[in-house]
Amino acid sequence: MYLTDEEKRILDGERGEGGRKAMELLVALGKTFDAEKLIPVTRTHVALSGQEGDTYWCELLVNGGATCKVPPSTNPSWDVENLTKLYEVTPEERELGVRTIDVYRRIGAKLTFNCAPGLGSNAPLFGEHVAFSESSATPYVNAVLGARSNRESSVSALAAAVIGKTPLYGFHLPQNRHGEFFVSVDAELNEPYDWGLLGYYVGRFAGSRIPVLSFRNLPRKPRPEEFLYFGAEAATSGAVAMYHFAGITPEAPTIEAAFGNKRIPEAELTVRSDDLAEQEATLSVANASGAINLVMLGCPQYSYDQLLETERLMEGRSVHSETAFWILTSVDTAELAARSGMRGRLEALGVRLAVDTCIDEPCWKSFEGGLGVTDSPKCAYYRERRGQPFVIRRLSECVNAAIRGKV
Amino acid sequence: MTGMSGKVSSEGVRTYKCRSIVKGAGKVSGEAIVSRGAMCFYLCDPQTGTVIERNHPIQGRSIAGKILVLESGKGSSVVQVDGFYQLWTKGALPGAIILREAEPVIVSAAVVVGTTMVDRVEGDVYELIHDGDFVEVDADAEEIRVGTDMLPLLKHGTPDKSS
Repeated sequence: MYLTDEEKRILDGERGEGGRKAMELLVALGKTFDAEKLIPVTRTHVALSGQEGDTYWCELLVNGGATCKVPPSTNPSWDVENLTKLYEVTPEERELGVRTIDVYRRIGAKLTFNCAPGLGSNAPLFGEHVAFSESSATPYVNAVLGARSNRESSVSALAAAVIGKTPLYGFHLPQNRHGEFFVSVDAELNEPYDWGLLGYYVGRFAGSRIPVLSFRNLPRKPRPEEFLYFGAEAATSGAVAMYHFAGITPEAPTIEAAFGNKRIPEAELTVRSDDLAEQEATLSVANASGAINLVMLGCPQYSYDQLLETERLMEGRSVHSETAFWILTSVDTAELAARSGMRGRLEALGVRLAVDTCIDEPCWKSFEGGLGVTDSPKCAYYRERRGQPFVIRRLSECVNAAIRGKV
Repeated sequence: MTGMSGKVSSEGVRTYKCRSIVKGAGKVSGEAIVSRGAMCFYLCDPQTGTVIERNHPIQGRSIAGKILVLESGKGSSVVQVDGFYQLWTKGALPGAIILREAEPVIVSAAVVVGTTMVDRVEGDVYELIHDGDFVEVDADAEEIRVGTDMLPLLKHGTPDKSS
């Protein structure tokens, strides 16, 4: 792998141990993929997780004198200050939460705490070379925006942020962005939830391959949140970091173009509404019914339009007294909702907004032992690992469950 | 490629070329443990380095301080990095890892904690290295040395140590 003199000097520690470690990681990845060289990135996004190993890496870099050359936007961790007033965590969990936020601040990250950067807080343009971690963000910026990012881990994205470069391999090369299998879709797709089911279904067959989807009878083009849900779920059941919607996404003006003008393969999958209904039924690991203690929406974090839709579906009814209703969103969206009056109206009904917070954090563990409801298969997957089963339902049914306190 | 590649010294130490991915300590030696399967390090007991993943080829055995011959890594980056980190804090990581197939997540995790990692050994590592062999991984020279007894390997190492 070719390194410039400056890159070699960083690797030799000229800019301190932090720069050396970050460069070591980029070079090791470059070697793994036989990258020819490093290329500059214009944006980065770090999926900080609040797990100890991840926080340690950031500390190692910043204590070694590193700061970010391309300040990354960041995933949410959790709102330590406000959520500890409501829910119990251990002193260790609290300490790690504080430590994580502090160390990312010190390294010069842009603390957006938003897992959907492509929808606004850090949206690249077509053709930009970027390094984005967060499995739902990478397919969005690649497929929907036409930017170029590999499926980064939080540690490799942070290394790219520090050095301002990434190894040239994978999705940075045009020839690796073409479709690898063909999916024909003729199903009803009305809201983000349906697109999420489709993503989950396609991801199961995809592995890490690039699907090309062609739609019949699609009444309108998908909205940003719908693309986001598709990618988030395709990256949960599979490792999809790039996809094409023929005639819709920017690198797929036609099916032929999506396949790089090579022969179009036979459809490997045909997806109908029945398949999605079946997918929905088998997804809900907790096919339980009964009392619920939590409705959790916002994985990925909810947009302003999704909050509006939730308010519309509430129809002025209040959340059941034994059920908590939390929607996770970004600080910008929550602020906009507050100044527009919507946040106050939602809260008056018992619907609360949590900012800066992910579903997979210790602040939610007081709900473990009870049953939850969510519109996100990804949320259910991660919460189940931590010990709370979730029933997966579309938004309108989540709202009804919240009001009735049961599912 | 076969087990006939590499060089054999008079004391029976076989030397093979490899590629250095993460230098770590540079030169590390120890007893080999061979896993014919990918690993998620999160599924190890951090206190002992014992593999606890059900039905894993080396389930129930410890990788702590060993030279781990491994197919590849698996699992999400968050858990793999945290797995390496937890083992590292308890001193239960392998001394070095010889990969058959490098993948980005395990490579990133090894850089974070500084574990020596090599790949592209000339020949099939599953034929060249067996459980209980003594192996020296030399990431600086991009070589691995394999013997059935530790002694020749230590002798081999002597000139380097004096320099």
